[in-house]
Amino acid sequence: MNLPDYNFTALTPALILSLWAILILLVDLLFGERIQRWLSWLTVAGLLVTGASALSLWNVRAEGFSGMVVLDNFAIVVTVIAMIAGILAVLLSSDYLVDRDLFRPEYFALMLFSITGILLLASGRNLIMLFLGLELLSIPLYVLTGFARPDVQSEEAAMKYFLLGALASSFLVYGIALTYGATGSTDLLKIRDALQNVQVITSTLTLGGLILILVGFGFKVAAVPFHMWTPDVYQGAPTPITAYMSVGAKAGGFAALLRIMYVAFPQIASYWTGALVLLAIATLVVGNLLAIQQSSLKRLLAYSSIAHAGYILVGLAAGNNRGVAGALFYLLAYAFTNLGAFGIMIALSKKGEEADSIESYAGLSSRQPWLALAMTVFMLSLTGVPLTAGLVGKIFVFSAAAEAGLWTLLIVAVLTSVISAFYYLRLVVLMYMRDPINDFGTQVHLTPGVRTALALAVIGTVLLGIIPGNLIDFTNQTLAITTQTLVALVH
Amino acid sequence: MLQSYVPILILLVLATGFALISILLATFIGPRHPNTRKLSPYESGMTPIGPAMRRYPVRFYLVAVLFILFDIEIIFFFPWALIFRQLGFFGLVEIMVFILILLVGYAYVWKKGALDWE
Amino acid sequence: MAVSVTNYTVLSAMLFTIGIIGVLTRRNAIIVFMSIELMLNAGNLAFIAFSRAFGSVDGQIFVFFVLTVAAAEVAIGLALIVTIFRSKNTADIDDISTMRG
Repeated sequence: MNLPDYNFTALTPALILSLWAILILLVDLLFGERIQRWLSWLTVAGLLVTGASALSLWNVRAEGFSGMVVLDNFAIVVTVIAMIAGILAVLLSSDYLVDRDLFRPEYFALMLFSITGILLLASGRNLIMLFLGLELLSIPLYVLTGFARPDVQSEEAAMKYFLLGALASSFLVYGIALTYGATGSTDLLKIRDALQNVQVITSTLTLGGLILILVGFGFKVAAVPFHMWTPDVYQGAPTPITAYMSVGAKAGGFAALLRIMYVAFPQIASYWTGALVLLAIATLVVGNLLAIQQSSLKRLLAYSSIAHAGYILVGLAAGNNRGVAGALFYLLAYAFTNLGAFGIMIALSKKGEEADSIESYAGLSSRQPWLALAMTVFMLSLTGVPLTAGLVGKIFVFSAAAEAGLWTLLIVAVLTSVISAFYYLRLVVLMYMRDPINDFGTQVHLTPGVRTALALAVIGTVLLGIIPGNLIDFTNQTLAITTQTLVALVH
Repeated sequence: MLQSYVPILILLVLATGFALISILLATFIGPRHPNTRKLSPYESGMTPIGPAMRRYPVRFYLVAVLFILFDIEIIFFFPWALIFRQLGFFGLVEIMVFILILLVGYAYVWKKGALDWE
Repeated sequence: MAVSVTNYTVLSAMLFTIGIIGVLTRRNAIIVFMSIELMLNAGNLAFIAFSRAFGSVDGQIFVFFVLTVAAAEVAIGLALIVTIFRSKNTADIDDISTMRG
């Protein structure tokens, strides 16, 4: 009997990261409290090594384990996004945890395991791998959400996230079971081959499986109508975890959704693009409208993250190459911007006094001009103002929708971005045009970790806004990285 | 086809019959002298000291969950055990790595004191 | 009469639906979680049935993974329920829920 064609190259980043997580557990067991100060930097080192290993495999396109995993450029881009989210969140975490007596080494190990889940979601080409990746992403996140116990809000958030997450997983499992029943395989390429057959296409099992898979991932990426958990979970979770979750869970979920839809189901693209258009419209409208009336910044960012899931869905629904490129670029831009916004919140918070009330940001510019300026950059990018990463992402996905002829969706997307300007810019107006109402912002926690994270986030947001804006003709070339991604993806 | 099930049917009838007959015989011909001690839940044991449905320490739950977690991982030994000769040395190394990772988990549980009862 | 793969599929669909109804109607977190487990196992049943019908082991392997993942979920889920029961003395999801907006 022949051994399966295991090829560990295809798993390099995931292997490094999961071993690093185990290493952190062992370091904690062996050295205990003596090295606590260094743990967050050790974690960042692990993420950097993983990112470097992924980038070193650019254009290599390694396939392994009988096609279960494939490390193509698409997977590498998603890996890089996960690394950015992970590094920024870890940098923001350490002092936040120490300040609130929550510092436990497991935190960092769980975070690395969760990021490993994203890597598996990015490179899995078999529904088994994608399911495992999703669970590896989610299960540590349930724990991390409840990490601030005995804070009741954190416990409540963890409970809600867990129950709805487990529900989503069961939908996904059943959807995969039906797909397997219809096509006889869980390998995405074999599913595509099976779908050449008209009988398989028209089978109820195929349609049911597709719908349930969409529902399962819809929960994870917080698409309306599967978004109910998002505001409560975002509000209750420790802020660095909220920051990581808003980007990490989305990146993983969308990466898997993209690969499943584009690799396994291109034959029935008319089914799922229609469903995605409806999801995208609902997500854009509900997310943006509900964000307006929020008075808590965390909840506002929660609804804003729902809305941004809508813009990424626009890219997916377009069903063309530019849509994929746009979704990836959007995630990259969103990683810098959103983690930056949460970073400002963390810098302004201290134990028992979270900088959560939007009103309290009034007059921040006079007390903390630099933080107010950084927050303005992030808000402008979330709105999609020129010279920020957010605008480039939006132009990408909008032009993809135009190319696909989805005019209704495009009009809804543009109108809702105009609406979004209202609530993002309200914060900017508050910071610059009003007088402070209390002593908010007189004390800040600008530790080295937080400083580094904020600097990286600002630089990322601005650079991504300027470089592609000047150098790249959107209609023809898009980003060099993304075109290669697509070539790799379709094969 | 169905004939092969006949012995099972006979066994079933015999077993049920024996149990029924024993109980019925005991009910009809056995002597009965009820008193309070005889009617207590454990006739020769200690007197119950509280309701059976009370809460018990969360330690039990911890042990049970740890058991389930390690127990369910054994499932992955079965496919390996079925073809371990064909997999040869590679399979052995792989399963050793798997066990090693489980051991790290075990060491973690132990060191963190999840196995201490007090 | 032989039991066909269709029978198993229908049975698993029924189990899945019972699970959904349980999630929607029950308020105790543990029972909601048990309903979710029922839905997972409905998926497992479908996998096994299809796997047997196709004569391939893919489905059975998937069930292995679903089982282990479900065990991990049980561990996390029960731990969360225990912590929340300690601070609120209830496992009723309507009583637990305080955040609004």
